[in-house]
Amino acid sequence: MATNQTYYVPEQSKWPIIATVGLGLTLFGLASILVNGSQGESTTIPWTLFFLGALIMAYMLFGWFGNVIRESRAGLYSPQMDRSFRWGMSWFIFSEVMFFAAFFGALFYVRTFAVPWLGGEGDRGSSAMLWDGFQATWPLTQNPDPSAYPGPKEVIGPWGLPLINTILLVSSSFTVTVAHHGLKAGNRQKVKLWLAATIVLGLSFLTLQAFEYHHAYAELDLTLSSGIYGSTFFMLTGFHGAHVTLGCLMLIIMLVRIFKGHFSADNHFGFEAASWYWHFVDVVWLGLFVFVYIL
Amino acid sequence: MSAVADTHTQEHHHGPARGFTRWLLTTNHKDIGTMYLVFSFTMFLLGGSMAMVIRAELFQPGLQIVQPEFFNQMTTMHGLIMVFGAVMPAFVGLANWMIPMMIGAPDMALPRMNNWSFWLLPCAFLILVSTLFMKGGAPNFGWTFYAPLSTTYGPPSTTFFIFAIHMMGISSIMGAINVIATILNLRAPGMTLMKMPLFVWTWLITAFLLIAVMPVLAGVVTMMLMDINFGTSFFDASGGGDPVLFQHVFWFFGHPEVYIMILPAFGAVSHIIPAFSRKPLFGYASMVYAVGAIALLSFVVWAHHMFTVGIPIAGQLFFMYATMLIAVPTGVKVFNWVATMFRGSLSFETPMLFAVAFVILFTIGGFSGLMLAIAPSDFQYHDTYFVVAHFHYVLVPGAIFGIFASAYFWLPKWTGHMYDETLGKTHFWLSFIGMNMAFFPMHFLGLAGMPRRIPDYALQFADFNMVSSIGAFTFGATQLLFLFIVIKCIRGGKEAPAKPWEGAEGLEWTLPSPAPYHTFATPPEVK
Repeated sequence: MATNQTYYVPEQSKWPIIATVGLGLTLFGLASILVNGSQGESTTIPWTLFFLGALIMAYMLFGWFGNVIRESRAGLYSPQMDRSFRWGMSWFIFSEVMFFAAFFGALFYVRTFAVPWLGGEGDRGSSAMLWDGFQATWPLTQNPDPSAYPGPKEVIGPWGLPLINTILLVSSSFTVTVAHHGLKAGNRQKVKLWLAATIVLGLSFLTLQAFEYHHAYAELDLTLSSGIYGSTFFMLTGFHGAHVTLGCLMLIIMLVRIFKGHFSADNHFGFEAASWYWHFVDVVWLGLFVFVYIL
Repeated sequence: MSAVADTHTQEHHHGPARGFTRWLLTTNHKDIGTMYLVFSFTMFLLGGSMAMVIRAELFQPGLQIVQPEFFNQMTTMHGLIMVFGAVMPAFVGLANWMIPMMIGAPDMALPRMNNWSFWLLPCAFLILVSTLFMKGGAPNFGWTFYAPLSTTYGPPSTTFFIFAIHMMGISSIMGAINVIATILNLRAPGMTLMKMPLFVWTWLITAFLLIAVMPVLAGVVTMMLMDINFGTSFFDASGGGDPVLFQHVFWFFGHPEVYIMILPAFGAVSHIIPAFSRKPLFGYASMVYAVGAIALLSFVVWAHHMFTVGIPIAGQLFFMYATMLIAVPTGVKVFNWVATMFRGSLSFETPMLFAVAFVILFTIGGFSGLMLAIAPSDFQYHDTYFVVAHFHYVLVPGAIFGIFASAYFWLPKWTGHMYDETLGKTHFWLSFIGMNMAFFPMHFLGLAGMPRRIPDYALQFADFNMVSSIGAFTFGATQLLFLFIVIKCIRGGKEAPAKPWEGAEGLEWTLPSPAPYHTFATPPEVK
């Protein structure tokens, strides 16, 4: 009962409507860039809208999170509020899991059904007639219609950069946990060291992934448009990379907050949320490593 | 009841802010609920007027009013607007208004995010509706936007449509997270899960479904975006992809989506029928388990929408039996509602009329669903007006009658006035007659082979189509009466007591009518 008495209901806030305008402009601008671009029309105004929207979003993120941090530090949040944040973050991560599930599902479907059927397997004889002589293989380097979708020369093997990246990301999950233990023990030097190490590992991962993409595009002809292998490869690893970038940003902000003296041994959900997110990104990578690279 | 008085001793004792910033910046669950409901009704009228265009064109065989291209845009936009703009936001509006009051919470768990969830919707629909005025017109591939119709052959505005869907998805996911956090964390002391009102239970499960499947919708439209603009081949077999992949991912979202649109109505009806039967709900626990079972089964039935695309026979059998299994928990619910009424002291005010019609007509939609679930029969019914009849029977007298029933049931609590009962009953009977006239003949049209989504038809379908159009016009015009009733109720009328319905149960009826701006700043004790 005691914890229920002062649930903090914030006053009016300008941030949500700013966020709406920002997101709306960003997406409208992005769609206009794509549509105008494909029709050979000018994209100056769409780019302007897009950048304007992105700026507003950045302003909003600083403002909104700043607001929450100030309220938290002013002691307005009860343990019950803390539980709301925990539920919120958990379900948000679950929604992200389902987003990746859609792309993993697409990968499993094409590998198990679509491509073998095109190659004549099973009772789907009709789709085998579409491209006579098409051989179902995985990785699919020879597409059914190579003139529309020229296949990649080769795909990226698992035991080079991807293995190093796996080691980097898995160790970063350990380092962030060590940092968390440091925070709980009140050892701020330890937090700074291990959190910084985590960020370095994350950024190294992203750098290596950039090399890998460059290698794929420049030397292997493995691109977004090299058929379903390239489509699933780049969408899965690309969205994962975007999430690593976001996770790194979160951790960097947490490091800044640690340096500013934020968080206490028993009140640091912002840090915990970022580390939950980091572990989630790590687990997704393990799925990628197994199903995209190895198998 | 002490909770009501306590409201005034808390820090937020002020009323609403003045002017339009009240609505723009609000963090109040009642304000946000009202905005959702107003937005939903606006979209209902917009989507409805598109339905009127469709029915006007189909009034007679031949092409009279619109071009086929525009007809396609109308069917597409009608579906998208009704699903994402009218039905879903209406239930989120009801959730915002009622869940905190039903569980004794001061507000939603994350009030600022609540505001953002709402305001994303008008922005998303502005983008979606603006496609009507773009080069090449609005999306014209049906609300299910099957590839390659929507990718290779779609209009340029498809990219705008994709981003609008993304925004609606973000809004729904945040709304659902908020509902779950509120229900799991803000219940009054003593309100255990199995003491929760059924509307709260159904929304908890609906929110879970939303968080599970809206990201999948985001995934499938992202694949479309990439296929259209960045050369990927998810849905293009010449690159090793498969158009059928689109249907699998879409319906993995789409089937739980239909339960998202009906479960909260189940919850509301489970309050209304006991209230006007003056008896507690029959089989509360079995109702909860039935909703849970329906939600879980909804994840393993998606391919019953795709029997005719050529999925393997084992798949057809699995999805056929899994789909039929849903009839069991749904049957439990229908029997429980009937058992609640059995030997009750019944009275038929407007909410009860809508609720009873809900039970009967939704069951008709459920039965036609069973017919469609039978794979070999579905080969005959697929993409005919029988399917249109089926899903309109579950959505109009199902979801929408559920929303009307809820609105009449809770209007006294929201406005502090009783609505005009005579007008309410008129609204009900005209809706009931219009809706059955519009959709019942579609069963016969479908069985006789009239295909859906075509602006012209063979002469033998003329009579039923004319009847259907007259019914649709009646139903459509009647909804303006609802608007009038609500405005009249807001502006005045007989003062409503705290509990206007003698048989109603729940914390929301312990609050005065209209409910104060802030309620339950200190939670009440639930025994």
